[in-house]
Amino acid sequence: MKLVQKVVAASATRSAALVTALLALLSPALALAQDAPTFDKGDMAWMLTSTALVLLMSVPALALFYGGLVRSKNMLSVLMQVFVTFSLITVLWCIYGYSLAFTENNAFIGSFDARLFLKGVFDGSAFAPAATFSKGVYIPEIVFVAFQATFAAITCCLILGSIVERVKFSAVLLFMVIWFTFSYAPVAHMVWFWMGPDAYTATADGDALLASAGLIWQWGALDFAGGTVVHINAGVAGLVGAYVLGKRVGYGKEPMTPHNLTMTMVGASLLWFGWFGFNAGSALEANPFAALAFLNTFLATACAVLSWTFAEWLFKGKPSMLGAASGAVAGLVAITPAAGNVGIPGAFAIGLIAGVVCLWGCTGLKKLLKADDALDVFGVHAVGGILGALLTGVFNAPSLGGPGLVTDWVTVAMGYPGIGAQLLIQAKAVLLVTVWSAVVALVAFYIVKLVVGLRVTEDNEREGLDITAHGERAYTD
Amino acid sequence: MKLITAVIKPFKLEDVRQALGEAGVQGLTVTEVKGFGRQKGHTELYRGAEYSVDFVPKTKIEAAVPDSLVEQAIEAIIAAAATGSIGDGKVFVSDLSQAVRIRTGETGDQAL
Repeated sequence: MKLVQKVVAASATRSAALVTALLALLSPALALAQDAPTFDKGDMAWMLTSTALVLLMSVPALALFYGGLVRSKNMLSVLMQVFVTFSLITVLWCIYGYSLAFTENNAFIGSFDARLFLKGVFDGSAFAPAATFSKGVYIPEIVFVAFQATFAAITCCLILGSIVERVKFSAVLLFMVIWFTFSYAPVAHMVWFWMGPDAYTATADGDALLASAGLIWQWGALDFAGGTVVHINAGVAGLVGAYVLGKRVGYGKEPMTPHNLTMTMVGASLLWFGWFGFNAGSALEANPFAALAFLNTFLATACAVLSWTFAEWLFKGKPSMLGAASGAVAGLVAITPAAGNVGIPGAFAIGLIAGVVCLWGCTGLKKLLKADDALDVFGVHAVGGILGALLTGVFNAPSLGGPGLVTDWVTVAMGYPGIGAQLLIQAKAVLLVTVWSAVVALVAFYIVKLVVGLRVTEDNEREGLDITAHGERAYTD
Repeated sequence: MKLITAVIKPFKLEDVRQALGEAGVQGLTVTEVKGFGRQKGHTELYRGAEYSVDFVPKTKIEAAVPDSLVEQAIEAIIAAAATGSIGDGKVFVSDLSQAVRIRTGETGDQAL
Protein backbone atom coordinates (compact mmCIF):
# COMPACT_ATOMS: atom_id res chain seq x y z
CA MET A 1 0.00 0.00 0.00
CA LYS A 2 2.70 2.34 0.99
CA LEU A 3 4.61 1.39 -2.08
CA VAL A 4 1.75 2.26 -4.36
CA GLN A 5 1.30 5.64 -2.79
CA LYS A 6 4.92 6.36 -3.25
CA VAL A 7 4.79 5.63 -6.92
CA VAL A 8 1.80 7.84 -7.44
CA ALA A 9 3.23 10.64 -5.43
CA ALA A 10 6.48 10.51 -7.18
CA SER A 11 5.36 10.27 -10.66
CA ALA A 12 3.27 13.22 -9.82
CA THR A 13 4.47 16.44 -11.05
CA ARG A 14 4.62 18.26 -14.12
CA SER A 15 6.39 20.92 -12.23
CA ALA A 16 9.82 21.31 -11.16
CA ALA A 17 12.59 21.64 -13.40
CA LEU A 18 13.96 18.70 -14.73
CA VAL A 19 16.59 16.61 -15.38
CA THR A 20 18.57 15.16 -17.86
CA ALA A 21 18.11 11.78 -18.98
CA LEU A 22 21.51 10.83 -20.16
CA LEU A 23 21.67 8.36 -22.95
CA ALA A 24 24.49 6.47 -21.38
CA LEU A 25 22.70 6.09 -18.09
CA LEU A 26 19.44 4.87 -19.48
CA SER A 27 18.37 1.52 -20.76
CA PRO A 28 19.63 0.44 -24.18
CA ALA A 29 16.10 0.46 -25.54
CA LEU A 30 15.63 4.06 -24.58
CA ALA A 31 19.00 4.97 -25.96
CA LEU A 32 17.94 3.50 -29.25
CA ALA A 33 14.73 5.44 -29.27
CA GLN A 34 16.64 8.63 -28.64
CA ASP A 35 19.28 7.91 -31.13
CA ALA A 36 19.17 11.27 -32.79
CA PRO A 37 16.64 13.51 -31.10
CA THR A 38 15.91 16.58 -33.10
CA PHE A 39 15.66 19.69 -31.05
CA ASP A 40 12.87 22.17 -31.56
CA LYS A 41 14.13 25.55 -32.67
CA GLY A 42 11.42 27.37 -30.75
CA ASP A 43 12.31 25.55 -27.53
CA MET A 44 16.00 26.30 -27.95
CA ALA A 45 15.40 29.95 -28.77
CA TRP A 46 13.16 30.42 -25.76
CA MET A 47 15.49 28.62 -23.37
CA LEU A 48 18.58 30.52 -24.51
CA THR A 49 16.65 33.77 -24.17
CA SER A 50 15.44 32.75 -20.72
CA THR A 51 18.97 31.96 -19.64
CA ALA A 52 20.14 35.43 -20.58
CA LEU A 53 17.13 36.93 -18.78
CA VAL A 54 18.04 35.13 -15.57
CA LEU A 55 21.61 36.41 -15.84
CA LEU A 56 20.16 39.91 -15.98
CA MET A 57 18.40 39.24 -12.69
CA SER A 58 21.73 39.03 -10.88
CA VAL A 59 23.83 41.50 -12.79
CA PRO A 60 22.73 44.16 -12.69
CA ALA A 61 19.19 43.73 -11.27
CA LEU A 62 19.85 42.17 -7.86
CA ALA A 63 23.09 44.13 -7.48
CA LEU A 64 21.24 47.42 -8.04
CA PHE A 65 18.30 46.41 -5.87
CA TYR A 66 20.64 45.58 -2.99
CA GLY A 67 23.11 48.37 -3.74
CA GLY A 68 20.50 51.10 -3.48
CA LEU A 69 19.54 49.86 -0.03
CA VAL A 70 22.94 50.21 1.61
CA ARG A 71 24.79 53.34 2.65
CA SER A 72 26.78 55.04 -0.11
CA LYS A 73 30.10 54.08 1.48
CA ASN A 74 29.29 50.40 0.84
CA MET A 75 27.74 50.62 -2.63
CA LEU A 76 30.63 49.15 -4.60
CA SER A 77 31.21 46.40 -2.07
CA VAL A 78 27.67 45.15 -2.67
CA LEU A 79 27.95 45.39 -6.45
CA MET A 80 31.30 43.63 -6.24
CA GLN A 81 30.08 40.84 -3.96
CA VAL A 82 27.17 40.10 -6.29
CA PHE A 83 29.26 40.35 -9.45
CA VAL A 84 32.05 38.08 -8.26
CA THR A 85 29.81 35.57 -6.47
CA PHE A 86 27.80 35.22 -9.69
CA SER A 87 30.98 34.53 -11.66
CA LEU A 88 32.44 32.19 -9.04
CA ILE A 89 29.34 30.01 -8.92
CA THR A 90 29.07 29.93 -12.71
CA VAL A 91 32.60 28.55 -12.89
CA LEU A 92 32.02 26.02 -10.10
CA TRP A 93 28.79 24.98 -11.81
CA CYS A 94 30.67 24.10 -14.99
CA ILE A 95 33.39 22.27 -13.05
CA TYR A 96 31.40 20.03 -10.69
CA GLY A 97 28.17 21.75 -9.59
CA TYR A 98 26.04 20.68 -12.52
CA SER A 99 27.23 17.11 -12.14
CA LEU A 100 26.38 17.08 -8.43
CA ALA A 101 22.92 18.50 -9.01
CA PHE A 102 21.72 16.84 -12.19
CA THR A 103 23.24 13.40 -12.62
CA GLU A 104 22.10 10.10 -11.21
CA ASN A 105 23.62 8.86 -7.99
CA ASN A 106 21.46 8.72 -4.87
CA ALA A 107 18.41 10.53 -3.52
CA PHE A 108 20.47 13.33 -1.97
CA ILE A 109 23.19 14.19 -4.42
CA GLY A 110 24.30 13.47 -7.97
CA SER A 111 27.57 12.04 -9.12
CA PHE A 112 30.69 14.17 -8.72
CA ASP A 113 32.38 12.98 -11.87
CA ALA A 114 29.62 11.96 -14.30
CA ARG A 115 29.62 15.46 -15.77
CA LEU A 116 32.86 16.76 -14.27
CA PHE A 117 33.94 19.76 -16.36
CA LEU A 118 30.73 19.11 -18.32
CA LYS A 119 32.28 16.12 -20.06
CA GLY A 120 29.81 14.40 -22.36
CA VAL A 121 27.56 17.41 -22.76
CA PHE A 122 29.20 18.25 -26.04
CA ASP A 123 31.87 15.99 -27.41
CA GLY A 124 32.87 17.99 -30.44
CA SER A 125 30.19 16.68 -32.77
CA ALA A 126 27.17 15.43 -30.81
CA PHE A 127 25.01 17.44 -28.46
CA ALA A 128 23.67 15.36 -25.57
CA PRO A 129 19.90 15.71 -25.11
CA ALA A 130 18.22 16.75 -21.87
CA ALA A 131 14.68 15.67 -21.13
CA THR A 132 11.84 18.15 -20.72
CA PHE A 133 8.40 17.50 -19.25
CA SER A 134 6.99 16.19 -22.54
CA LYS A 135 7.60 12.75 -23.90
CA GLY A 136 9.82 12.79 -26.95
CA VAL A 137 10.78 16.43 -26.51
CA TYR A 138 14.39 17.28 -25.72
CA ILE A 139 16.56 20.33 -25.55
CA PRO A 140 20.33 20.20 -25.90
CA GLU A 141 21.77 19.47 -22.47
CA ILE A 142 24.17 22.33 -22.97
CA VAL A 143 21.19 24.72 -22.88
CA PHE A 144 19.95 23.15 -19.66
CA VAL A 145 23.42 23.46 -18.11
CA ALA A 146 23.53 27.17 -18.88
CA PHE A 147 19.96 27.83 -17.74
CA GLN A 148 20.52 26.10 -14.43
CA ALA A 149 23.89 27.80 -13.93
CA THR A 150 22.11 31.12 -13.65
CA PHE A 151 19.83 29.67 -10.95
CA ALA A 152 22.70 28.39 -8.87
CA ALA A 153 24.52 31.70 -9.17
CA ILE A 154 21.61 33.98 -8.30
CA THR A 155 20.67 31.82 -5.31
CA CYS A 156 24.11 32.35 -3.81
CA CYS A 157 23.96 36.09 -4.59
CA LEU A 158 20.64 36.40 -2.72
CA ILE A 159 22.30 35.40 0.57
CA LEU A 160 24.56 38.46 0.41
CA GLY A 161 21.71 40.78 1.38
CA SER A 162 21.80 39.48 4.95
CA ILE A 163 25.49 40.05 5.56
CA VAL A 164 26.38 43.16 3.57
CA GLU A 165 28.05 46.24 5.04
CA ARG A 166 30.25 44.21 7.41
CA VAL A 167 31.31 40.94 5.81
CA LYS A 168 34.84 40.42 4.54
CA PHE A 169 35.17 39.85 0.82
CA SER A 170 37.34 36.77 1.34
CA ALA A 171 34.71 35.41 3.74
CA VAL A 172 32.04 35.82 1.06
CA LEU A 173 34.01 33.82 -1.47
CA LEU A 174 34.94 30.98 0.87
CA PHE A 175 31.41 30.75 2.27
CA MET A 176 29.91 30.60 -1.21
CA VAL A 177 32.14 27.70 -2.27
CA ILE A 178 31.13 25.64 0.78
CA TRP A 179 27.44 26.50 0.83
CA PHE A 180 27.01 26.06 -2.92
CA THR A 181 28.62 22.62 -2.79
CA PHE A 182 26.82 21.29 0.28
CA SER A 183 23.49 23.07 0.16
CA TYR A 184 22.62 24.35 -3.29
CA ALA A 185 23.73 21.31 -5.28
CA PRO A 186 22.11 18.68 -3.02
CA VAL A 187 18.85 20.61 -2.66
CA ALA A 188 18.62 21.14 -6.43
CA HIS A 189 19.21 17.41 -6.84
CA MET A 190 16.64 16.45 -4.23
CA VAL A 191 13.94 18.70 -5.68
CA TRP A 192 14.55 18.59 -9.40
CA PHE A 193 16.41 15.47 -10.43
CA TRP A 194 14.39 12.74 -12.07
CA MET A 195 14.81 10.42 -15.00
CA GLY A 196 12.62 12.32 -17.45
CA PRO A 197 9.23 11.39 -18.93
CA ASP A 198 10.52 9.07 -21.63
CA ALA A 199 12.08 6.81 -19.02
CA TYR A 200 8.61 5.81 -17.95
CA THR A 201 7.56 3.27 -20.53
CA ALA A 202 5.82 0.67 -18.38
CA THR A 203 4.13 0.95 -15.03
CA ALA A 204 6.40 -1.78 -13.74
CA ASP A 205 9.42 0.53 -14.13
CA GLY A 206 7.91 3.17 -11.87
CA ASP A 207 9.49 2.12 -8.63
CA ALA A 208 13.01 1.76 -9.87
CA LEU A 209 12.83 5.04 -11.77
CA LEU A 210 11.42 6.78 -8.79
CA ALA A 211 14.22 5.52 -6.60
CA SER A 212 16.67 7.16 -8.99
CA ALA A 213 15.09 10.59 -8.53
CA GLY A 214 15.89 13.15 -5.86
CA LEU A 215 14.35 12.63 -2.45
CA ILE A 216 11.92 15.54 -2.53
CA TRP A 217 10.90 14.71 -6.08
CA GLN A 218 10.16 11.19 -4.82
CA TRP A 219 7.83 12.68 -2.23
CA GLY A 220 5.94 14.40 -5.05
CA ALA A 221 6.59 18.00 -4.02
CA LEU A 222 5.85 20.69 -6.58
CA ASP A 223 8.45 23.40 -7.16
CA PHE A 224 8.16 24.88 -10.61
CA ALA A 225 11.08 27.31 -10.60
CA GLY A 226 12.74 27.22 -7.21
CA GLY A 227 10.66 28.21 -4.20
CA THR A 228 12.56 25.68 -2.12
CA VAL A 229 15.78 25.35 -4.11
CA VAL A 230 16.34 29.06 -4.56
CA HIS A 231 14.38 31.19 -2.12
CA ILE A 232 13.99 29.16 1.05
CA ASN A 233 17.50 27.80 0.59
CA ALA A 234 19.02 31.30 0.27
CA GLY A 235 16.74 33.05 2.76
CA VAL A 236 17.51 30.61 5.55
CA ALA A 237 21.25 30.71 4.88
CA GLY A 238 21.07 34.50 4.98
CA LEU A 239 19.36 34.57 8.36
CA VAL A 240 21.94 32.17 9.79
CA GLY A 241 24.63 34.47 8.43
CA ALA A 242 23.04 37.50 10.06
CA TYR A 243 23.08 35.71 13.42
CA VAL A 244 26.64 34.41 13.13
CA LEU A 245 28.12 37.68 11.87
CA GLY A 246 26.25 39.84 14.34
CA LYS A 247 24.79 43.28 13.85
CA ARG A 248 26.37 46.11 11.95
CA VAL A 249 28.22 48.63 14.09
CA GLY A 250 25.69 51.22 15.24
CA TYR A 251 22.68 49.11 14.26
CA GLY A 252 19.57 50.42 15.99
CA LYS A 253 21.34 53.62 17.08
CA GLU A 254 22.61 55.26 13.92
CA PRO A 255 20.43 55.77 10.87
CA MET A 256 21.16 53.20 8.15
CA THR A 257 19.00 54.62 5.44
CA PRO A 258 19.05 53.37 1.85
CA HIS A 259 21.33 55.65 -0.13
CA ASN A 260 19.56 55.44 -3.47
CA LEU A 261 16.05 54.08 -3.78
CA THR A 262 16.01 55.03 -7.45
CA MET A 263 18.51 52.26 -8.08
CA THR A 264 16.47 49.93 -5.91
CA MET A 265 13.42 50.64 -8.05
CA VAL A 266 15.36 50.06 -11.26
CA GLY A 267 16.76 46.84 -9.80
CA ALA A 268 13.35 45.56 -8.74
CA SER A 269 11.92 46.34 -12.17
CA LEU A 270 14.73 44.51 -13.93
CA LEU A 271 14.15 41.58 -11.58
CA TRP A 272 10.53 41.50 -12.65
CA PHE A 273 11.60 41.53 -16.30
CA GLY A 274 14.26 38.85 -15.85
CA TRP A 275 11.94 36.69 -13.78
CA PHE A 276 9.95 35.85 -16.92
CA GLY A 277 13.01 33.86 -17.96
CA PHE A 278 13.32 32.36 -14.51
CA ASN A 279 9.72 31.16 -14.22
CA ALA A 280 8.46 30.75 -17.77
CA GLY A 281 11.84 29.32 -18.76
CA SER A 282 11.38 26.63 -16.13
CA ALA A 283 8.82 25.02 -18.39
CA LEU A 284 11.91 24.03 -20.42
CA GLU A 285 9.89 24.31 -23.61
CA ALA A 286 8.18 27.11 -25.49
CA ASN A 287 4.71 25.75 -24.77
CA PRO A 288 1.42 26.72 -23.12
CA PHE A 289 2.78 25.96 -19.66
CA ALA A 290 5.53 28.50 -20.25
CA ALA A 291 2.81 30.98 -21.15
CA LEU A 292 0.87 30.11 -17.99
CA ALA A 293 3.98 30.62 -15.89
CA PHE A 294 4.59 33.91 -17.69
CA LEU A 295 1.16 35.33 -17.00
CA ASN A 296 1.13 34.11 -13.41
CA THR A 297 4.49 35.77 -12.85
CA PHE A 298 3.17 38.97 -14.34
CA LEU A 299 -0.11 38.99 -12.42
CA ALA A 300 0.99 37.77 -8.99
CA THR A 301 3.72 40.39 -8.91
CA ALA A 302 1.31 43.20 -9.69
CA CYS A 303 -1.04 41.89 -6.99
CA ALA A 304 1.76 41.84 -4.44
CA VAL A 305 2.79 45.41 -5.31
CA LEU A 306 -0.76 46.52 -4.60
CA SER A 307 -1.24 44.51 -1.41
CA TRP A 308 2.10 45.58 0.11
CA THR A 309 1.46 49.19 -0.85
CA PHE A 310 -2.05 49.33 0.57
CA ALA A 311 -1.12 47.40 3.71
CA GLU A 312 1.77 49.77 4.32
CA TRP A 313 -0.41 52.78 3.67
CA LEU A 314 -2.98 51.46 6.10
CA PHE A 315 -0.71 50.29 8.91
CA LYS A 316 2.37 52.51 8.58
CA GLY A 317 0.83 55.70 7.30
CA LYS A 318 2.45 56.17 3.90
CA PRO A 319 2.76 54.09 0.72
CA SER A 320 6.49 54.00 -0.03
CA MET A 321 8.47 53.32 -3.19
CA LEU A 322 10.62 50.89 -1.24
CA GLY A 323 7.44 49.13 -0.19
CA ALA A 324 6.19 48.84 -3.76
CA ALA A 325 9.55 47.52 -4.95
CA SER A 326 9.70 45.06 -2.05
CA GLY A 327 6.16 43.96 -2.81
CA ALA A 328 7.16 43.18 -6.38
CA VAL A 329 10.02 40.98 -5.22
CA ALA A 330 7.79 39.29 -2.63
CA GLY A 331 5.23 38.47 -5.32
CA LEU A 332 7.90 37.17 -7.66
CA VAL A 333 9.35 34.96 -4.96
CA ALA A 334 5.99 33.53 -3.90
CA ILE A 335 4.80 32.76 -7.43
CA THR A 336 8.08 31.03 -8.32
CA PRO A 337 7.22 27.51 -7.11
CA ALA A 338 3.65 27.98 -8.35
CA ALA A 339 4.27 29.57 -11.74
CA GLY A 340 3.27 26.68 -14.00
CA ASN A 341 1.51 24.74 -11.26
CA VAL A 342 -1.45 27.00 -10.55
CA GLY A 343 -4.14 28.69 -12.60
CA ILE A 344 -5.06 32.36 -12.73
CA PRO A 345 -7.02 32.28 -9.42
CA GLY A 346 -3.88 30.96 -7.76
CA ALA A 347 -1.83 33.84 -9.13
CA PHE A 348 -4.28 36.41 -7.76
CA ALA A 349 -4.36 34.78 -4.34
CA ILE A 350 -0.65 34.06 -3.99
CA GLY A 351 0.32 37.58 -5.08
CA LEU A 352 -2.15 39.34 -2.79
CA ILE A 353 -1.23 37.22 0.22
CA ALA A 354 2.52 37.46 -0.42
CA GLY A 355 2.56 41.27 -0.32
CA VAL A 356 1.01 41.39 3.13
CA VAL A 357 2.81 38.40 4.62
CA CYS A 358 6.24 39.54 3.45
CA LEU A 359 5.57 43.05 4.77
CA TRP A 360 5.07 41.36 8.12
CA GLY A 361 8.23 39.31 7.47
CA CYS A 362 10.22 42.55 7.18
CA THR A 363 8.59 44.29 10.13
CA GLY A 364 6.85 42.26 12.87
CA LEU A 365 8.73 39.03 12.28
CA LYS A 366 12.02 40.87 11.90
CA LYS A 367 11.62 42.38 15.37
CA LEU A 368 10.98 38.92 16.81
CA LEU A 369 14.04 37.44 15.14
CA LYS A 370 16.34 40.15 16.48
CA ALA A 371 18.89 39.61 13.73
CA ASP A 372 20.42 42.30 11.56
CA ASP A 373 19.28 40.72 8.32
CA ALA A 374 20.37 43.91 6.59
CA LEU A 375 18.32 43.76 3.40
CA ASP A 376 15.57 41.40 4.61
CA VAL A 377 16.57 38.31 2.69
CA PHE A 378 14.75 36.13 5.19
CA GLY A 379 11.67 38.34 5.39
CA VAL A 380 11.22 38.41 1.62
CA HIS A 381 12.84 35.27 0.21
CA ALA A 382 12.41 32.68 2.94
CA VAL A 383 8.99 33.89 4.06
CA GLY A 384 7.79 34.42 0.48
CA GLY A 385 9.34 31.11 -0.57
CA ILE A 386 7.66 29.16 2.22
CA LEU A 387 4.34 30.84 1.53
CA GLY A 388 4.63 30.16 -2.18
CA ALA A 389 5.69 26.55 -1.69
CA LEU A 390 2.73 25.82 0.58
CA LEU A 391 0.16 27.67 -1.53
CA THR A 392 1.41 25.90 -4.65
CA GLY A 393 0.11 22.70 -3.12
CA VAL A 394 -3.24 24.32 -2.49
CA PHE A 395 -3.84 26.19 -5.74
CA ASN A 396 -2.60 23.31 -7.86
CA ALA A 397 -6.02 21.82 -7.12
CA PRO A 398 -8.25 21.60 -10.21
CA SER A 399 -11.14 22.73 -7.98
CA LEU A 400 -9.23 26.01 -7.45
CA GLY A 401 -8.42 26.50 -11.11
CA GLY A 402 -5.09 24.67 -11.05
CA PRO A 403 -3.86 22.19 -13.64
CA GLY A 404 -3.31 19.37 -11.15
CA LEU A 405 -0.27 17.21 -11.51
CA VAL A 406 0.93 14.20 -13.44
CA THR A 407 0.02 11.08 -11.51
CA ASP A 408 1.31 8.57 -14.02
CA TRP A 409 4.23 9.38 -16.30
CA VAL A 410 3.60 6.30 -18.44
CA THR A 411 0.28 7.60 -19.67
CA VAL A 412 0.88 11.19 -18.55
CA ALA A 413 -2.41 11.09 -16.69
CA MET A 414 -3.25 14.16 -14.64
CA GLY A 415 -4.78 14.06 -11.17
CA TYR A 416 -4.52 15.61 -7.74
CA PRO A 417 -4.13 13.92 -4.37
CA GLY A 418 -6.27 16.40 -2.43
CA ILE A 419 -5.41 19.71 -0.82
CA GLY A 420 -4.51 18.26 2.57
CA ALA A 421 -2.30 15.55 1.12
CA GLN A 422 -0.45 17.84 -1.26
CA LEU A 423 -0.05 20.54 1.38
CA LEU A 424 1.58 17.99 3.66
CA ILE A 425 4.04 16.99 0.96
CA GLN A 426 4.85 20.65 0.31
CA ALA A 427 5.35 21.26 4.04
CA LYS A 428 7.75 18.32 4.29
CA ALA A 429 9.79 19.76 1.43
CA VAL A 430 9.86 23.18 3.10
CA LEU A 431 10.97 21.68 6.39
CA LEU A 432 13.75 19.57 4.92
CA VAL A 433 15.19 22.42 2.85
CA THR A 434 14.98 24.83 5.79
CA VAL A 435 16.85 22.49 8.10
CA TRP A 436 19.34 21.41 5.47
CA SER A 437 20.27 24.96 4.48
CA ALA A 438 20.44 26.16 8.09
CA VAL A 439 22.81 23.39 9.14
CA VAL A 440 25.07 23.74 6.12
CA ALA A 441 25.14 27.54 6.47
CA LEU A 442 25.93 27.36 10.17
CA VAL A 443 28.84 24.98 9.67
CA ALA A 444 30.05 26.94 6.66
CA PHE A 445 30.03 30.30 8.45
CA TYR A 446 31.97 28.83 11.39
CA ILE A 447 34.54 27.27 9.08
CA VAL A 448 34.97 30.63 7.37
CA LYS A 449 35.27 32.34 10.74
CA LEU A 450 38.12 30.01 11.68
CA VAL A 451 39.91 30.18 8.35
CA VAL A 452 39.72 33.81 7.20
CA GLY A 453 37.42 35.57 9.69
CA LEU A 454 33.94 36.87 8.92
CA ARG A 455 33.91 40.59 9.60
CA VAL A 456 36.01 43.56 8.65
CA THR A 457 37.49 45.58 11.51
CA GLU A 458 35.26 48.08 13.24
CA ASP A 459 37.32 50.99 11.90
CA ASN A 460 36.99 49.69 8.36
CA GLU A 461 33.28 49.15 8.80
CA ARG A 462 32.86 52.74 9.90
CA GLU A 463 34.91 54.06 7.01
CA GLY A 464 33.02 51.90 4.56
CA LEU A 465 33.89 48.78 2.62
CA ASP A 466 34.28 50.53 -0.72
CA ILE A 467 37.51 52.23 0.25
CA THR A 468 38.81 49.78 2.83
CA ALA A 469 38.08 46.54 0.96
CA HIS A 470 38.14 47.61 -2.67
CA GLY A 471 40.15 50.84 -2.78
CA GLU A 472 37.59 52.86 -4.70
CA ARG A 473 34.50 55.00 -4.24
CA ALA A 474 31.14 54.77 -5.95
CA TYR A 475 30.58 58.51 -5.93
CA THR A 476 32.95 61.44 -5.92
CA ASP A 477 31.77 64.74 -4.52
CA MET B 1 30.56 96.80 9.92
CA LYS B 2 28.25 93.97 10.76
CA LEU B 3 28.06 90.38 9.66
CA ILE B 4 24.48 89.35 8.97
CA THR B 5 23.90 85.62 9.11
CA ALA B 6 20.48 84.36 8.16
CA VAL B 7 19.15 80.80 8.12
CA ILE B 8 16.21 80.56 5.76
CA LYS B 9 14.03 78.11 3.92
CA PRO B 10 15.96 76.89 0.85
CA PHE B 11 13.25 77.84 -1.63
CA LYS B 12 13.35 81.46 -0.39
CA LEU B 13 16.97 81.97 -1.42
CA GLU B 14 16.26 83.63 -4.72
CA ASP B 15 13.74 86.08 -3.19
CA VAL B 16 16.19 86.99 -0.43
CA ARG B 17 19.05 87.50 -2.86
CA GLN B 18 16.92 89.85 -4.91
CA ALA B 19 15.69 91.80 -1.90
CA LEU B 20 19.21 92.22 -0.50
CA GLY B 21 20.44 93.37 -3.87
CA GLU B 22 17.71 96.02 -3.99
CA ALA B 23 18.66 97.09 -0.46
CA GLY B 24 22.20 97.75 -1.67
CA VAL B 25 24.02 94.73 -0.33
CA GLN B 26 26.96 94.00 -2.63
CA GLY B 27 27.80 90.39 -1.93
CA LEU B 28 26.56 87.21 -0.35
CA THR B 29 27.89 83.81 0.67
CA VAL B 30 25.49 80.87 0.61
CA THR B 31 25.84 77.51 2.34
CA GLU B 32 23.50 74.52 2.43
CA VAL B 33 23.09 73.53 6.05
CA LYS B 34 20.98 71.38 8.34
CA GLY B 35 19.67 72.30 11.76
CA PHE B 36 16.74 72.44 14.05
CA GLY B 37 14.79 75.10 15.90
CA ARG B 38 11.16 74.99 16.81
CA GLN B 39 10.29 73.28 13.57
CA LYS B 40 10.16 69.52 14.09
CA GLY B 41 11.95 67.14 11.78
CA HIS B 42 10.18 64.18 10.27
CA THR B 43 10.27 60.42 10.44
CA GLU B 44 11.36 58.13 7.64
CA LEU B 45 10.28 54.52 7.42
CA TYR B 46 12.26 51.94 5.46
CA ARG B 47 10.40 48.63 5.78
CA GLY B 48 10.70 47.89 9.50
CA ALA B 49 13.29 50.56 10.30
CA GLU B 50 12.00 53.92 11.44
CA TYR B 51 14.33 56.89 11.70
CA SER B 52 13.51 60.33 13.01
CA VAL B 53 15.27 62.99 11.04
CA ASP B 54 15.77 65.90 13.46
CA PHE B 55 17.82 68.14 11.24
CA VAL B 56 15.91 70.03 8.61
CA PRO B 57 17.67 71.23 5.46
CA LYS B 58 18.12 75.01 5.46
CA THR B 59 20.10 77.60 3.56
CA LYS B 60 22.50 79.86 5.40
CA ILE B 61 23.42 83.23 3.91
CA GLU B 62 26.15 85.52 5.16
CA ALA B 63 26.51 89.14 4.19
CA ALA B 64 29.01 91.69 5.50
CA VAL B 65 27.43 95.16 5.39
CA PRO B 66 28.37 98.70 6.46
CA ASP B 67 26.58 99.91 9.62
CA SER B 68 24.39 102.20 7.55
CA LEU B 69 22.83 99.28 5.69
CA VAL B 70 22.18 96.91 8.56
CA GLU B 71 18.55 97.82 9.30
CA GLN B 72 17.48 97.83 5.65
CA ALA B 73 19.23 94.52 5.03
CA ILE B 74 17.51 92.86 7.99
CA GLU B 75 14.14 94.18 6.89
CA ALA B 76 14.75 92.98 3.35
CA ILE B 77 15.57 89.48 4.54
CA ILE B 78 12.55 89.30 6.82
CA ALA B 79 10.21 90.56 4.14
CA ALA B 80 11.51 88.17 1.52
CA ALA B 81 11.96 85.02 3.63
CA ALA B 82 8.75 85.07 5.63
CA THR B 83 5.98 82.59 4.86
CA GLY B 84 4.28 82.90 8.22
CA SER B 85 4.67 79.26 9.06
CA ILE B 86 7.04 77.67 11.54
CA GLY B 87 10.56 77.11 10.24
CA ASP B 88 11.03 80.41 8.41
CA GLY B 89 14.44 80.76 10.05
CA LYS B 90 16.46 83.36 11.95
CA VAL B 91 18.65 86.38 11.40
CA PHE B 92 21.78 86.91 13.49
CA VAL B 93 23.84 90.09 13.52
CA SER B 94 27.37 90.28 14.86
CA ASP B 95 30.14 92.87 14.92
CA LEU B 96 32.74 92.59 12.26
CA SER B 97 36.17 93.90 13.22
CA GLN B 98 37.82 93.90 9.83
CA ALA B 99 37.31 93.21 6.13
CA VAL B 100 39.96 93.10 3.42
CA ARG B 101 39.57 92.90 -0.34
CA ILE B 102 42.21 90.42 -1.38
CA ARG B 103 42.84 91.81 -4.87
CA THR B 104 43.49 95.45 -3.88
CA GLY B 105 44.20 95.29 -0.16
CA GLU B 106 41.40 97.80 0.59
CA THR B 107 40.04 97.50 4.13
CA GLY B 108 36.89 98.37 6.12
CA ASP B 109 33.76 99.62 4.35
CA GLN B 110 35.84 100.05 1.18
CA ALA B 111 36.27 96.31 1.00
CA LEU B 112 32.57 95.46 1.20
